[in-house]
Amino acid sequence: MNHFKLFGLPQSFELDIDQLTEQYRELQRTFHPDKFANASALERRLSVQRAAQINQAFHTLKQPLERARYLLELHGVAGDPERAGVDQAFLMEQMELREALAEIRNQPDPAAALSELADDIRRRTEAIIQQLGEQFQDASGQSLSAARESVDKLMFLNKIQQEADEIYDELVEY
Amino acid sequence: MALLQISEPGQSTVPHQHRLAAGIDLGTTNSLVATVRSGSADALPDSDGNYLLPSVVHYRSGEPPLVGEAAREHLSTDPQNTISSIKRLLGRSAADISAGGFRLPYRMVETDSAVPRLRTAAGDFTPVEISADILRVLRERAEQSLGGELEGVVITVPAYFDDAQRQATRDAARLAGLNVLRLLNEPTAAAVAYGLEQGAEGIYVVYDLGGGTFDVSLLRLTRGVFEVLATAGDTALGGDDMDHLIAEWIMQQAGIDEDAGHHQLRRLLGVARSVKERLTGDQIAPVRLELDDGTYWEGELSRDEFNRLLEPLVRKTLTPCRRVLRDAGVRAEEIREVIMVGGSTRVPLVRELVGEFFGREPLTEVDPDKVVAIGAAIQADILAGNKPDQEMLLLDVIPLSLGLETMGGLVEKVIPRNTPIPVSRAQDFTTYKDGQTAMAIHVLQGERELVSDCRSLGRFELRGIPPMVAGAARIRVTFQVDADGLLSVSAREETRGVEASIQVKPSYGLTDSEIEQMLKDSLAHASEDVEARNLREQQVEADRVLEALEAALAEDGDTLLSADERTVIEGAMNGLRTARNGSDARAIKRAVEELDECSRGFAARRMDASIRKALQGQAVDELKV
Repeated sequence: MNHFKLFGLPQSFELDIDQLTEQYRELQRTFHPDKFANASALERRLSVQRAAQINQAFHTLKQPLERARYLLELHGVAGDPERAGVDQAFLMEQMELREALAEIRNQPDPAAALSELADDIRRRTEAIIQQLGEQFQDASGQSLSAARESVDKLMFLNKIQQEADEIYDELVEY
Repeated sequence: MALLQISEPGQSTVPHQHRLAAGIDLGTTNSLVATVRSGSADALPDSDGNYLLPSVVHYRSGEPPLVGEAAREHLSTDPQNTISSIKRLLGRSAADISAGGFRLPYRMVETDSAVPRLRTAAGDFTPVEISADILRVLRERAEQSLGGELEGVVITVPAYFDDAQRQATRDAARLAGLNVLRLLNEPTAAAVAYGLEQGAEGIYVVYDLGGGTFDVSLLRLTRGVFEVLATAGDTALGGDDMDHLIAEWIMQQAGIDEDAGHHQLRRLLGVARSVKERLTGDQIAPVRLELDDGTYWEGELSRDEFNRLLEPLVRKTLTPCRRVLRDAGVRAEEIREVIMVGGSTRVPLVRELVGEFFGREPLTEVDPDKVVAIGAAIQADILAGNKPDQEMLLLDVIPLSLGLETMGGLVEKVIPRNTPIPVSRAQDFTTYKDGQTAMAIHVLQGERELVSDCRSLGRFELRGIPPMVAGAARIRVTFQVDADGLLSVSAREETRGVEASIQVKPSYGLTDSEIEQMLKDSLAHASEDVEARNLREQQVEADRVLEALEAALAEDGDTLLSADERTVIEGAMNGLRTARNGSDARAIKRAVEELDECSRGFAARRMDASIRKALQGQAVDELKV
């Protein structure tokens, strides 16, 4: 069953997260294995499978990156993260961000520099999410292929965000 | 004799009796059992009125073991036969234990099995068997107090327990003759006990520092739903370590040798514990230690010095605190309350540093000793089916990432930590040689990149892959983690649809046959018959299946089944009824499996129908009014 249908929501990138969460809880109230503690082994197995499916769907729809990838899949647009043809401007952006991250430890106040960089990453991420909304709204062949590029960019930003978090952990380690 | 209850013809649900259920907190230092009676949950005391059962077992030759206070009395006089803090060894290999640097006064016996055994006067025992001895005492306490056999229990485990430790806990319960309804994470249990009472809403932190384990969980409470957002911790950090630090300080002060004897070490730890307890209230504590030559060493420890000793250890707990906030994407300001659980949170420095970290006074009104067992009792009551209208729902997560070994000794994560459970993820593999028919898969748990830094859960061998050219086979391996946080693995060759067989070799933990043997041994002691017990278990399962299916047929049989389908199911039900009234456990099991097989489609259709119902839930509720 399509994740959107499972949650009774329209198939769209723009999503009411509160409504999604509400439906998620409602579905788990019905299917969680705790509700089948006294059922037969077969029903217990089925409930584990259904609850896992609901968790998976919620996980996918909740996060913009996963949701966008899933929508591309539903539109039949194949994603190949290994050989993504990213535009030149974004390649420059990637290099800048990587360099900034590598330099953090040499800054006079590494923690402040890192928090500034994190803000920068967040702004870029929000801009791409905005673009994705428009691209999926339009849903023409051209827009979808642009959406695929946006997904690649978002993946990169998520990754660099994660690396920034790891450096932050090392900085505040006692 | 109780009167037989007979339901009205056509009525789908049998009016059911109150099922006896209990919650068990199997702790490093102390264990407890709690239950819900006339609507309120409380811990059950022993005949002397004590709730806490010290998690200590004393083995004697030719006599049953002593458990609890009676065993603790032998700690310093007979340390090798008196086992304490066994939870720290549960689900661990001999190598883990020596790497953990625990100073243990026991004699460890290495065997062919992955599980170490401890040598005692009564024989060699695994941590699973020793834990089962503790559980048996709690079971008896509950059954005596409730006046009947327990139908099911919920046992709590540290949230940060890995698969091997969870499995070992389940094995111990099975040995103790307990039916485990669910393994529940300790912080989640505490949140249930606290949250249900307060009708709490919002984001809560549960900081749980016990005798040997540390857990921190971040939960969101919304109208009866307890959703764990993230969890972290350390399964080898707790009050015991505080005792060791104090003991080391005393050794230094008193000039006691590093290689002091077992008796001296035991006495030292005993004194250290009482000094710690004293310093939770006082600013200074006298220290008086009996030495091997019968003389006494005397000194004192101030609160300031005590804090200085403990500070690095307490600070160590703040790293996991920071991690849960980040994993959940929650800022410290968004937290409504910090709930303190576990005896070690009585130490003032712990409260101080935790309060500083989260920027608010931690909540200490709940009894840190009882709260976990009480939460488990509440869930056990619900799972046993005593509260059909209860809206409470617990949504927990997997504490540590699950991954697979790839080329070069690296780990590829399949299920990241803090993924809500149950969860199921598939990973595709292919062959790298022409005609390859088998494949080895190594499953690991942990956050590190190198195989050697993660915990090996098991090696799976896939056999029966149809021979093809290299790279043509597509083997889909599915990892499923159930609501207890336990992993199971299945595999299938996708291009031909062949079910590949899996041979599991657990890296840690007991094999099924080892448990079977222990079960036989323990039952031999209890003079209970394995066959009789097997039969009873199968009969219970048969009744469960029949009862559930009767209700399902009454509810949806007309709408979801054709007449033919219904006849097939009813035929299989009659088959099961006949088998159930016989005395052949295997025949009942077969009949259950047959019925399962032919009602599979019906059960799946019912689930899908419920999805539609669940989504219309609100509208339906409105109509009712």
